[in-house]
Amino acid sequence: MSIAQESIITKPTRRRIKRTPYLLILPGIGWLFLFFIFPLSTLFATSLQKPAGISPDDGFLPAFKVSNYSSALVEYYPQFFRGFLYSGIATVICLLLAYPIAYYMAFRARKYRNLMLVLIVAPFFASFLLRTNAWKTILSGDGIVVGFLNSFNLLPQDRILNTSLAVVAGLTYNFLPFMILPLYTSLEKIDPRLIEAAGDLYSPPSQRFWKVVWPLSIPGVISGTLLTFIPASGDYINAELLGSIKDKMIGNVIQSQFIDLRDYPTASALSFTFMAIILVMIYLYIRRAGTDDLV
Amino acid sequence: MSKKEKLQDIPAEIRPFLTRRRVLQAGAIGGAAAVAAACGAGGSTTDAAAPATESVDNSESAKKVVWSNWPLYMPVDEDTKAYPDLEAFTAETGIAVEYIEDYNDNNEFYAKQKPLLDKGAPLGRDIVTPTDFMANIWIKNGFALELDQSNIPNISNLNEAYKNVAFDPGRKFSLPWQAGFTGLGWNKAKLKATLGTDTITSMDQFFDSKLKGQVVVLSELLDTIPLILSWQGNDPTQFGDSEFQKAIDYLQSKVDDGHIQAFTGNEYATALENGDVIAVIGWSGDLGQLGEDFGFDLPESGGSKFVDNMLIPAGAEHKTNAEKLINFFYDPVVAARVAEYVQYISPVDGAAEELMKSDPALAENQLIFPSDELLKRAYSTMPLTSEQEAKYNEAWAKLIGN
Repeated sequence: MSIAQESIITKPTRRRIKRTPYLLILPGIGWLFLFFIFPLSTLFATSLQKPAGISPDDGFLPAFKVSNYSSALVEYYPQFFRGFLYSGIATVICLLLAYPIAYYMAFRARKYRNLMLVLIVAPFFASFLLRTNAWKTILSGDGIVVGFLNSFNLLPQDRILNTSLAVVAGLTYNFLPFMILPLYTSLEKIDPRLIEAAGDLYSPPSQRFWKVVWPLSIPGVISGTLLTFIPASGDYINAELLGSIKDKMIGNVIQSQFIDLRDYPTASALSFTFMAIILVMIYLYIRRAGTDDLV
Repeated sequence: MSKKEKLQDIPAEIRPFLTRRRVLQAGAIGGAAAVAAACGAGGSTTDAAAPATESVDNSESAKKVVWSNWPLYMPVDEDTKAYPDLEAFTAETGIAVEYIEDYNDNNEFYAKQKPLLDKGAPLGRDIVTPTDFMANIWIKNGFALELDQSNIPNISNLNEAYKNVAFDPGRKFSLPWQAGFTGLGWNKAKLKATLGTDTITSMDQFFDSKLKGQVVVLSELLDTIPLILSWQGNDPTQFGDSEFQKAIDYLQSKVDDGHIQAFTGNEYATALENGDVIAVIGWSGDLGQLGEDFGFDLPESGGSKFVDNMLIPAGAEHKTNAEKLINFFYDPVVAARVAEYVQYISPVDGAAEELMKSDPALAENQLIFPSDELLKRAYSTMPLTSEQEAKYNEAWAKLIGN
């Protein structure tokens, strides 16, 4: 009897507790639906449309033209490949450059830590386009970089601008902060006493790093590489401004299909294929890296 | 002291960002916006050549007019950053002008506005300034409103050469703003060091193997193709698939052997100044503004002449005001001021005489006063049919690596 009464009293409270989190995420869900799910489904519908006439200005009709995907892939697989290749190389270089910086900031910088953080974030105060355009001047034929490297005969084509080297360098430069910041946050969380303990147990510095620091920083490495690789592979500004005709990435193709050719179905099909490839790659990567807490 | 000299006083580092067709590659940002816009437009079909949506003319109640034009295409007061000519128009008519320099790229601007045009929604603009080939597309698709010529009495000043164009016979929908040339530009010192001469007079020189990897050409199809067509002995004002294919094949071979470094479109002038390239296919006014160290000419085989046109887009809310503004700029005195500043050719009769009166030395300037000999080598571009447009644009996109 008393038990039944108790359950009647507690029921409403329990239900309210259960409902609150859902209510709290409702704005987020609404946002995602309006600005992600809805445009994504429109994009998907567009990717299957067929042209209504000869010219793109005649418009497109709803259809189920799956061949948009196959023909786009056949036509543009080199740019897909190149996009992933360049951004992959840039991601690896970013990791190699960012790790020592993040490590220094987390363990050695002390009072300079905040200054370094500011310096890393500072480039964001200037527009992405402006900074990339500035690289054109830095890498130009009469500039110091080319002059210096040419005096040692280090450049096969006598120039940097409009080569794949410039595109990869631009990607590396532009996305480096996205690698440093997550690495720093995960390194900073490591308790220095763990390293000291390893030292007390006669572990040499290299072993201390590979057995203690590196495994603990894996979440930072994963989120850093993802934050670098995903936007870099879809980027088209670097290839447009710093690359030649033979360095165009998949982002350039999508941009040109949308803007110059106004071929919305092909552009949408390319966007979707790109998203699918990225998703599969990330899935495999996270599976292999074997972690599900990406902090 | 003319305004032209003022323009050349701008430091060399920033000048390249400041010419008509180039403002910091703004097209790239706009492009992203257009992609977003295009996504929303999925599934809409346009009834080609459908009559433009009936627009409401609020000219009487709202004394304003909105104009989208190319950057640095209007005289600016260097001190106040104001547009004296637009202010003069406001003083005369009481109509305020909202002047927006957001027309950076023909294709990009059209792609951004197309979803609105398809829906018949107003663009928030009363005048847009597309180049010939793009004006053709606007008019053909019914996206331009017919001009009420009784509001533009100064139309009588339109130069004979511009009166009948293939895309708009009788100029019912459009009136030219400025005209210029697409031809060859070069860095004089570097050219001398490579070719032993400081002028380029033919396309053969442009494709001389000594210039390998040192040239860039424009990324807009109708800028570059006519020069190749006329060089190959074809008529750029009247060409078909086989002639087009021949030009594309040649360019492809020059891409493959590395002769053409890039299709830059916008920033070739920076590349010229920085010494990245020696010669370019470029626009006359840009090279004119770069100064003495750089040359510009049309090759012997011919180059092309482009005209940027003012037209009133469908859905414009202040049509009569827009017509009054167009009329204002067809006054020879006003047109002379504009031509002197922007260094392009004015389509307004009498502007030349006005300019001579104020500064006789300007008569020497071939970019503003082209000689008959130069004009003979300048072709106007052929308006493409929808079919050609789709086919050629696709072949072109492949060529330039997209």
